[in-house]
Amino acid sequence: MRILISSMIVASVALALAAQGPPQGGSSQDPPRQQGEVVVTISSGSTLPPKYAVPDFIALTNDPETVAAAKTIGQVLWDDLNFEREFYLIPRDTYRTIPPATSTDQVPLDQWKQLGADGLIIGTVRKTPTGAAVQVRLIEVTSGRTAFGKEYSGTLKNPRLYAHTVSDEIHLQQRGLKGVARTRLAFASDRDGERMKGPIVDRGISNIYMSDYDGANQQRVTITRSLDITPAWSPDARAIAYTSYRTGFQDIIVSYIYEGKYSNPTAGTSDKQNFLPAWSPDGSRLAFTSNRDGNSEIYVINRDGSGLRRLTNHPAIDVTPTWAPTGNQIAFTSDRTGTPQIWVMNDDGSEPHKITNETRCDRPTWSISPNNEIAYASQTGAGYDIRIYDVATSTSRTITDGIGSNESPAFSPNGRHIAFTSTRAGKAQIFLIDRDGKNLQQITRTGMNRYPNWSQ
Amino acid sequence: MRQRRYVVIVTMILLMGAGACSKKKPPVARPVTPPPASSSTGGSKIPGPPEPVREAVPVPAEPIGRDTLSSTDIDTLNKNSPFQPVFFAYDQDDIDALGQQALNNNAELMKKYPSWIVTIEGHADERGTAEYNLALGERRALAARNYLVSLGIPADRLRTVSYGKEFPFEPGHDETSWEKNRRAHFVVTSK
Repeated sequence: MRILISSMIVASVALALAAQGPPQGGSSQDPPRQQGEVVVTISSGSTLPPKYAVPDFIALTNDPETVAAAKTIGQVLWDDLNFEREFYLIPRDTYRTIPPATSTDQVPLDQWKQLGADGLIIGTVRKTPTGAAVQVRLIEVTSGRTAFGKEYSGTLKNPRLYAHTVSDEIHLQQRGLKGVARTRLAFASDRDGERMKGPIVDRGISNIYMSDYDGANQQRVTITRSLDITPAWSPDARAIAYTSYRTGFQDIIVSYIYEGKYSNPTAGTSDKQNFLPAWSPDGSRLAFTSNRDGNSEIYVINRDGSGLRRLTNHPAIDVTPTWAPTGNQIAFTSDRTGTPQIWVMNDDGSEPHKITNETRCDRPTWSISPNNEIAYASQTGAGYDIRIYDVATSTSRTITDGIGSNESPAFSPNGRHIAFTSTRAGKAQIFLIDRDGKNLQQITRTGMNRYPNWSQ
Repeated sequence: MRQRRYVVIVTMILLMGAGACSKKKPPVARPVTPPPASSSTGGSKIPGPPEPVREAVPVPAEPIGRDTLSSTDIDTLNKNSPFQPVFFAYDQDDIDALGQQALNNNAELMKKYPSWIVTIEGHADERGTAEYNLALGERRALAARNYLVSLGIPADRLRTVSYGKEFPFEPGHDETSWEKNRRAHFVVTSK
């Protein structure tokens, strides 16, 4: 489905979104504005975050699909706006005393004011001859002025995408923040219970899955009767690179998920195995681990398979590279001092230096500005916890609580959240947590789910 | 190079096939060594099922007519593997005396069945992180392979793969399970 957006307060804006695909540009830039446009920024009048109310959207046509979509969009938008903690979201069960609006223009603002709302989001959903139209208005409750207003047209196949789009646009307009509501997660899951083919028959397989950032719309990507693990989104979110055992050994597959094609730039053999791919920030290269020279070393290769370059040269283990968002450094795990620790080197392999001195560390992930932080798994007892290293101060802090074992962190593209694997609820599952250790939530529950990765 | 190897393998298979045809006798059952006692202390613990890979080490240089391994299909062979696994200490890839003994036995077996191609799987216990364990398992598999090569087994008969902690042999969360999961495990890939 495609959603066309036109603006009610600025001259028409047309963005195209592929419903199953990522935003096609434009999402990370400021929306175009006409000269003289006044942006109303809603505040609480104090240092506290502004209070927002997001009631169910109004179904203007009475068919079940529209009614259901109106409810879903309101609920998901509330969750999306709550996720970044930029606003205080007034709980939805307190809205009952306020009569529902019948349009975005006829709103009982006095009653929303009594509830304490600074901002109110009113939306409508209606069927049109070509599909559906969703109107959204963010109202400054004290003045009645419109801070944000748009109409989106598309279908109702995936109503959550309207909420995600509105949330990202409101975060950008009101807070200058790049939200993550339209980003996606990839992970490995054994939920299908399929067994591996080959000589050891009684082994489960694992395949690559993807979902919305909040765990909704979980969808299988690979269908090999094999082990597919360690997915990594390309920066344009059109491809997922991962480690696959489909040939009987580890090799890297790049799956172009919207085209049904894949490539194998590392061209592995049983003597040249490749695993744990990581994209360069511009998407032109992959860093990965390979045993092609006799033990685990870090290499870089162009996306088309050309330009192979070896970055480490040490008899110890060098594994699981991740790129700095600037593209000129790579963090990785090495046990060259006796135990696995996090190291950083330049992207040509020069100046390797150790940044952790802990019991055991693994799987660095590097967040973009403004925070410039490296998260990793660190042994804190019997199990592991997620810790974050601040590059500016060279200090680390623990953000998980020692319950279960917590591994394989992956930063969200705005550096505010981390997806990770935890055994805190039994079998390994994917959890999200904010970089300050708050907002822990479990987002997978079926089968065993590991190796999360967050799209840009 | 590779093509030539295939030709050699195919020739061997044909020769073995011919040999098998000329001596077509029903397979003779031979006594199997009973599994070792589960505990030397002889406590009242009910012994678990025997560890399949630890038993049934074939006697080298058996007469060809009584050879059940060469006529066993690969899946059955790997389920009751004639190869012995090599076990490792936590976060280590050193092969100790017991491991060397196992590899000496495995080398004899590979010399006896020169057409077999064997994959050495490296495994790790669940305590390490998943990513590092992929490299640790690989280092274990390579250590076993290098030792076998030093005993004269051609490197091109030995493949390696690391499964890290993906496929534990024992599901428990204690040392009894972990020590069985830190291993180089042998699988016949083709024969």
